[in-house]
Amino acid sequence: MSPSHFVALSVVLFVIGAIGVLVRRNALVIFMCVELMLNAVNLAFVAFARLHANLDGQVIAFFVMVVAAAEVVVGLAILMAIFRARRSASVDDANLLKY
Amino acid sequence: MTAVHLLAAGQATSAGASVTFWVLAVLSVTAALGMVLAPRAVYCAVLLAVVMLSLAVLYAVAGAPFLAFVQIIVYTGAVLMLFLFVLMIVGVSAPDSMRETIAGQRLAAGVAGIALLVLLSLIVGHAAIGPAPPAVAGFSVGNVRGLATLIFTKYVFPFEVTAALLITAALGAMVLAHRERTSPKPTQRDLSQQRVAGSHPSPLPGPGVYARHNAVDFPALLPDGRPSELSVSPIIVARESELGTGPAAALPPGGGAANGAAGEQDTAGSEPEEARP
Amino acid sequence: MTSSLAAAHAASGTTALAAVGVQRAAWLLLAFPLAGAVILLLGGKRTNRWGHWVGVLMPVAAFVYAVIAFIAMLSYPANQRTRVLTLFTWIHVARFNVPVGLQLDQLSICFVLLTTGVGSLIHIFAVGYMSHDPERRRFFGYMNLFVASMLLLVLADNYLVLYVGWEGVGLASYLLIGFWQYKPAAAVAAKKAFVANRVGDAGLSVAIMLMFAVFGSVTFSGVFGQAGKASQGVVTALGLLLLLGACGKSAQLPLQSWLLDAMEGPTPVSALIHAATMVTAGVYLIVRSGPIFDLSPHARLAVTIVGAATLLFGAIISCAKDDIKKALAGSTMSQIGYMMLAAGLGPAGYPFAIALLLAHGFFKAGLFLGAGSVKHEMNDEVDMRRLGGLRKIMPITYVTFFVCYLAIIGIPPFSGFFAKDTIIDQAFSKGGTSGAILGTAALLGAGLTAFYMTRVMFMTWAGERRWDADAHPHEVPPVMTSPMILLALGALGWGAFEILGDRLADFLGPVTGYVPPEPDPFSVAGIAALVLVVAAIALAWAMYGRRPVPAVAPAARFPVTAARRDLYGDAFNESVLMRPGQWLTRLSVYFDNRGVDGLVNTLAAAVGGTSGRVRRVQTGFVRSYALSMFVGAVLLVGALLLVRV
Repeated sequence: MSPSHFVALSVVLFVIGAIGVLVRRNALVIFMCVELMLNAVNLAFVAFARLHANLDGQVIAFFVMVVAAAEVVVGLAILMAIFRARRSASVDDANLLKY
Repeated sequence: MTAVHLLAAGQATSAGASVTFWVLAVLSVTAALGMVLAPRAVYCAVLLAVVMLSLAVLYAVAGAPFLAFVQIIVYTGAVLMLFLFVLMIVGVSAPDSMRETIAGQRLAAGVAGIALLVLLSLIVGHAAIGPAPPAVAGFSVGNVRGLATLIFTKYVFPFEVTAALLITAALGAMVLAHRERTSPKPTQRDLSQQRVAGSHPSPLPGPGVYARHNAVDFPALLPDGRPSELSVSPIIVARESELGTGPAAALPPGGGAANGAAGEQDTAGSEPEEARP
Repeated sequence: MTSSLAAAHAASGTTALAAVGVQRAAWLLLAFPLAGAVILLLGGKRTNRWGHWVGVLMPVAAFVYAVIAFIAMLSYPANQRTRVLTLFTWIHVARFNVPVGLQLDQLSICFVLLTTGVGSLIHIFAVGYMSHDPERRRFFGYMNLFVASMLLLVLADNYLVLYVGWEGVGLASYLLIGFWQYKPAAAVAAKKAFVANRVGDAGLSVAIMLMFAVFGSVTFSGVFGQAGKASQGVVTALGLLLLLGACGKSAQLPLQSWLLDAMEGPTPVSALIHAATMVTAGVYLIVRSGPIFDLSPHARLAVTIVGAATLLFGAIISCAKDDIKKALAGSTMSQIGYMMLAAGLGPAGYPFAIALLLAHGFFKAGLFLGAGSVKHEMNDEVDMRRLGGLRKIMPITYVTFFVCYLAIIGIPPFSGFFAKDTIIDQAFSKGGTSGAILGTAALLGAGLTAFYMTRVMFMTWAGERRWDADAHPHEVPPVMTSPMILLALGALGWGAFEILGDRLADFLGPVTGYVPPEPDPFSVAGIAALVLVVAAIALAWAMYGRRPVPAVAPAARFPVTAARRDLYGDAFNESVLMRPGQWLTRLSVYFDNRGVDGLVNTLAAAVGGTSGRVRRVQTGFVRSYALSMFVGAVLLVGALLLVRV
């Protein structure tokens, strides 16, 4: 149960979240996968704080949470605005920025 | 619980900590996989909640009790609930299509993901991450106090900036979600005029008004004994006809309160009209 | 013999002293005609009334000075007559040092006297000949420009200044051939002359470059002094390149096609430039560059071959030409062939080449002026088939023409006999197969010369009057007859003067490096030539004197048709040079359009096409963009891992 285990778990969760972002089409699910990635990173920070026996890692994890919360707020507001206009939550439908 | 206590607990009962860790690790990985693969968005949200909760426990095990609680309260309790609200607005019922529209996306994503996994494992394995050292000064002062000291001395500037960020985010959300009225807000007079000029001037009957039973899902009876589709919410009608059980199942689907007054006024067995859009 | 001659030549050639006394004003020789040209050409129409007199005065003044300088030269001992007057330094860049200097020695004074003397006479003639031409002033301006350039050419003490004069006479020739610009034939002929000369000029300029590269100097003393140190290949190359230059200027094979066309210019031009002076510049170059040719037997052989071939070529052409001026032009080509032949025989032949050159200056100029008088009186008619019977009408012209005719065909005691027969003799005495061939060619040429000149005589002066209805010829005014008379006198006596007693050879000895023994004009070769000449005269009389001359040229068989077409000279140039040049141009254009432009366009099209394909990466799907970002991040992590590990 050394910090390396935590970091390994964090890596696995991160990769799962990354694949999820690429594979899912529903905007909300993609958002949730991004949250998963952020959580994984938080876990890594906490593990490293434990490793170095100082609290800086936890402070950073704290700030990450704050920022993630702000990001979710704005992102979901955007999503709502797009949904009202297009009545679809699929990211594939927003494909006008193409050749 | 102080950090020391936890740490001591962690070190003294490392077996317990290990078990905790492994159980939670398996749980969180399974939940994460499930989240990525589930077709319905609501299931994804719930599975994410599971992941976040198990992570909270892991934080606690790793000597960050404050963060553990913040994780539960803020992340799972607020952020995830926000997700659920938006899910409700957007539409919770329909499952997503799992057919991939972009050629090669899944393959490429899989390959890249495995590559990243391998690389990061190499890094992690290569790095010298030794066992946790014994508890030191920062941890022993008390987790909350230690964190507070750090936040308000060393990291005060990022703290202030993050505060500004939060304010900006809140403002931004308000602006983005705001819907500008294109027409003036209808006053009570406007609404009553619309009602009188429309097909059904009188207020719609509440559920169960004419009924013997007092339940939301129980349709009211018309004078001739037929159930009134107007009296039950169409959502409940749809649900119950799907399920096949319940008092509203007898009602024709798609009917209900949205029906016009014609169905109500015509007492001699008129056909129900199509739902008003 | 070659190397000792070269050594003697080099030894004599390098003792150049500074000019003193009267010869210090040698720049006047250039200043007079140049001033005349400037006044007449820049003065414009204001000088129209008196311009031609200025144009005559300048060459006469130059001639007067030339005589004074000549007398001064005669007062010096024979081996101190080479005087150099350095005017200024033109180019001085690192090792390249080119002074503008005038070298007055025996060779150059001959040419100066010829140019200014015969030139003055021709200028006087032109006053009368061009009297009806409104552009007479411009004509004299160009003629003076020519005289100035020719004098610069023969007086230069280094090859580069010689080249300046060379180009100057080329320019003047172009301007004068195309004097009547409104005539398309004249303009085309001028261009043809210039382009053909250009080919020769290229040879001369490469020779000068080679001289600088090998010897580090372009002055005569510098080049001749070091000629012995250069390799055989270099010297032969120099000789051949100089020969190419000479061929261009002197209308020798293979650059002979322009001379007959140059007869489009006014007759004084033909007389001065294309008979007496410019075309002899090539011979001057060869003789002056004697030390180089002395070291290269191959180059010398080439000179003799060119000379022999051209003398026959010109003679054959002249036999079939009905235009009197073109017949005389072919004759010029042939006579210069003789001079080239003599020059190619080495120091033994140099003085005889110059002897013929000076004599030719007299009699050919006289012949051309006579033809010009005829043309002037017969309303510019030059077709001999429409002349005839002019003997009694223009007696003075006839007599002078007749004297020059006797001179050119080599009847003793007229000048041509002495000059030409010595050359034939020298050719035979060269020995071996080459000597025999050259001598035979020269002999044959003498016979042909007699034939075609007699033909001209009979067709123009004797026989029936085949004139146009509106022709009313009479004798030309004195301003035109006096020069002809003087030239005829020169044609009469000059030959004997220069050859008997080896006078000219003695005089030129210090420059050419060797004094050949006095030739015997009545040697076997001389007698044979005389016999051939008489036979040819008889034949021409039988064909043209006894029978009436048809007014229209009769249809003829091979040799005559070939001769009428200039022995296919133009056809050859066209098929060998012009058509391939045209094909090359078309090929280049094609290559430029398809190749170069194609390359550029293909490049542009490739860029366009590639970008058209590549832009499809922008699918618009957020997830593909996310994928590319992710892959990029993975690669970055991998790179970091590699670097850190």
